[in-house]
Amino acid sequence: MTVKECYEVMKGDYDDVISRLRTDDRVKKFLLKVLDDTSFSTLCKALEEKNIEEAFRAAHTLKGVCKNLSIDNLAYSASNLTEALRGRQDYGDDIDPLFKKVKKDYALTMACIQML
Amino acid sequence: MNSKKKILIVDDSEMNRALLEDMLSDDYEILEAENGMEATTIMHSHELDICLVLLDIVMPVMDGFDTLAMMNKNGWIKNMPVIMISAETASTYMDRAYSLGAVDYISRPFDERTVRHRVDSNVILGEKQKELSSRLTNQIFEKEKDNRLMIEILSHIVEFRNGESGLHVLHVHTITELLLKALKNKTDKYPLTQKDISLICNASALHDVGKISIPSEILNKPGRFTPEEFEIMKGHTVEGAKMLKDIPFRENEPLIKIGYQICRWHHERYDGRGYPDGLKGEEIPIAAQVVALADVYDALTSKRVYKPAYTPEKAVEMILNGECGVFNPLLLECLKDNAEQLKTELYVLSVGNATDKEIQKTVAHALKTDGTDASNRTIRLLEHERMKSKILSDLSREIMFEYTASPEMVTLSDWSADLLGLPVTIVNPKESEFGKRVFKRKDFEEILNKLKNSTPDKSDISGKYMLDIKGEKTWCKIIAKAMWSDTEPPEYEGAIGKIIDINDETEEMKLLEEKANLDFRTGLLNHEAAKSKITSLLASAKNKQYALVFFDLDNFKQANDVYGHLFGDEVLEHIAATIKKNIRRTDVAARIGGDEFIIFMGYRGTVEPQIKRIFESLTVDFKGFPIKVSMGVACMDGVQDYDTLFEMADKAAYSVKRSGKNSYRFYDDSLKDVVTDRG
Repeated sequence: MTVKECYEVMKGDYDDVISRLRTDDRVKKFLLKVLDDTSFSTLCKALEEKNIEEAFRAAHTLKGVCKNLSIDNLAYSASNLTEALRGRQDYGDDIDPLFKKVKKDYALTMACIQML
Repeated sequence: MNSKKKILIVDDSEMNRALLEDMLSDDYEILEAENGMEATTIMHSHELDICLVLLDIVMPVMDGFDTLAMMNKNGWIKNMPVIMISAETASTYMDRAYSLGAVDYISRPFDERTVRHRVDSNVILGEKQKELSSRLTNQIFEKEKDNRLMIEILSHIVEFRNGESGLHVLHVHTITELLLKALKNKTDKYPLTQKDISLICNASALHDVGKISIPSEILNKPGRFTPEEFEIMKGHTVEGAKMLKDIPFRENEPLIKIGYQICRWHHERYDGRGYPDGLKGEEIPIAAQVVALADVYDALTSKRVYKPAYTPEKAVEMILNGECGVFNPLLLECLKDNAEQLKTELYVLSVGNATDKEIQKTVAHALKTDGTDASNRTIRLLEHERMKSKILSDLSREIMFEYTASPEMVTLSDWSADLLGLPVTIVNPKESEFGKRVFKRKDFEEILNKLKNSTPDKSDISGKYMLDIKGEKTWCKIIAKAMWSDTEPPEYEGAIGKIIDINDETEEMKLLEEKANLDFRTGLLNHEAAKSKITSLLASAKNKQYALVFFDLDNFKQANDVYGHLFGDEVLEHIAATIKKNIRRTDVAARIGGDEFIIFMGYRGTVEPQIKRIFESLTVDFKGFPIKVSMGVACMDGVQDYDTLFEMADKAAYSVKRSGKNSYRFYDDSLKDVVTDRG
C-alpha cells in the first residue's frame, strides 16, 4: 500500500501532509511512529480510572499527533473528546459515545498504517 | 565554538519532538524534555548554550506557562528566546504566552517551512542581540574607563602639586562610597539611588580641584598659614566650583552639578561655622557632607608634612569627639558602625584594582538600566570559570554539590554523582535520595536552614553529620557557602559546598577517647579519668560543697561463686546503671576496679539525704541476689586534694566493713588513725 492509498482508507488529507512534511519517506517514518505512541493507551487507562485530567491530556496529545500527520478522521473524533473533557470535574454520559468513536477510528488508522 | 547551536524542544509527545527534530537536526543540536520540570533542569545546566526553546503548553507535571514563569524568575528568558508550539489557537493562550515573554508562536500541525523559517530567524535575532549587547558593553566599558581616567589625571595633578601621595583621591572615593551605602541602609531621608552613589563617588575626585589656582608657595608652605594666606587657601572651594561651572555648555551634566556642590561646600560645617558660605545643617548638600567627612578621615589617617598619620581608631575617636569639625550625626553613626570595614578596605586598596572594580560595577549597572543583558564577554568568562571548577572538583575526590534555591535542586559533580550512585541533577532534593537517604532528613533540613539564615557577610557554614555513603554509615564534615545575589537587598540564591569523609579520624578519636576514659564493663569512668576530673572540680570549687563517696560490695565474691561470673558482671552493670540514674550530670561516677566504686557529687547544706537515697537504691534485691555495700563518705570541708579525700572515704568505708557491713558512714576525726587494707 502506498502512503497516498493509506491516507485514502483511513480518511486523512494526503495533500495537506505532503505540503507540510515534503516527502513520502518522512510521512511514512512518522506514521510508523504512531504505532508506538502511548497516548491512546494512556487515554484508555485514564478513562477507566475516571482520571479526567489525565484523560484530557492524553486525548489532547492524540489529537496533536493526528493533526501533525493530517489523519483528519481520528483527529476529529479525538478533538471532540478533548473538548468534552476540557476543564471537567466529573465523568458524564456524553463521554462514552465520544470515546467509542475514538476507539473505532483509532483501530481503523492502526490497521491502515500496519499495511504500509 | 564550531559545534552546532542547541535547541531545546519541550513537548510531552515523543512524536511531536521527533517531528521537530527531523526538521531541525540538520542545522541544530537538539535537546529534548518531556515536561517543564525536565526543561528547567536542562536550562539550568545549559543556560549558556541553548539558543532557542520550543515549548508546548499542555504538559503533565509542569505546563508551558509555568515553565515560562520559571524562566522569568531565573532571568533565562532574556538569553533564551522561546517559541510556543501548540494546537491551542485560542487568542487568550497566545496573549498569555506573549505576556510571559515568548517571542513567537507556531501552531500545530507543523509545516516544515514555517518551523524552519521561524526558528532560523529567531535564532539569528537572538545572536544579533547578543552581539550588539556585547559591543555595547565593551563600548561603555571603554568610555567609562576613559572618563574615570580623565578625572583621575585631573585630580592627581592637583595632588602632586600639593605634594600628596595620589592615593588621597582613591581613599576619599572609597570612604565616600562606604558612607553613602551605610547612609542609604540607615535612612531613607536622602533619596540615593545606586546611580547617585556612583556619581557622587566619581565627583568626589574633584573636591580639591580648585587648589590648582592657589599659588604653590602657599599650598606647600610647611609652617602655619598667616590669616591672609589662610583666606587665599580657603578660596580653593569657590575656585573649584567656578571652574566646573564655567565649562561651556556642560552646566547641566549631573557630574558637573554634583562636582560643583562638592568643590564649593566640602569645608562647610554642620553647625554653620564652615566656609565659604556658612551653610548650616541640611542646607549643605549630602554629597558635600559625605565628601567632607571622607576628606577629614583620610587626612587624619595619612601622613602630612605637618603631622604624623593617626591610627584609624584614633581618627574615628577624634572625629566623634568633635575635634575635627562638626558633622551630620547620622553620618557620624555611619562612620562609627563601619569603622572596621573602612579600615580593612583602605588597607587593601591598591590603585589598579580599585579602578577596574569600580568600572565593572558601573558597566554592569549601565547595562541593567539600559535593558541589555550579560554580554558574551561575561558569558565566556563564566564558561571558563565553570570548566575550571569542574576540573578542580573532579580532581579533589571530594563530594561537591551545588544547591539552587529556586527551582529547588541539587547539582553534583560528575565524580560525586558516580560515587553516590545518584543523578547529577536532583530536582526537589528534600524528597530525593540525596535529602532522605544520603543525609538524614532532619540533618539535611538543618543544613538548608543554616544556609538560608546566613548573611552575605557570614555565609560559611559547617558541621559534622553521619551520612549514608554507598550503604555505609560514614561520619562526614559538611562545609558550604551560601550564595547571595549582589542586589539590594541581597537575595538568597543557593549554596555550594563539599562533603569530606572524616569517618576514619572520628572513629579512631572516639575509640581512643573511650579507651582512655571509660571502664569497659560499666561505661562509667575509670579511676584515672575520674581522678583528673575531680581534681579540676576541686580546684574550681570556690563556694561549692562536694562529697566523695567510696563503696564496695560486701558479698560480691558470693555472687560470683554461687551464680557465676556472668552474673557477677550483670550485678556490676546494674550497680553502674543505678548510680547513673541517681546522680546529676555534673557529678562524677567511676568504677575504680573490681567491685569498688566512687561517686563525687555536689550538694548544698547537708549531703546526708542524697547519700541515704543512693544507698537505699543500691541495696536492693537483684534477681534473687541481695546487694549489700559498705559505703564511706568524705565531705570536702577545706580538703583540696583528691588523694586525701579518697583516703578519708576509704577509711570510713573500712570502718563500716569492720562494724557489721551494709551501711554508710561519714568520715570524722575519730577515724584518723584507721589503717585500711590499702595501707
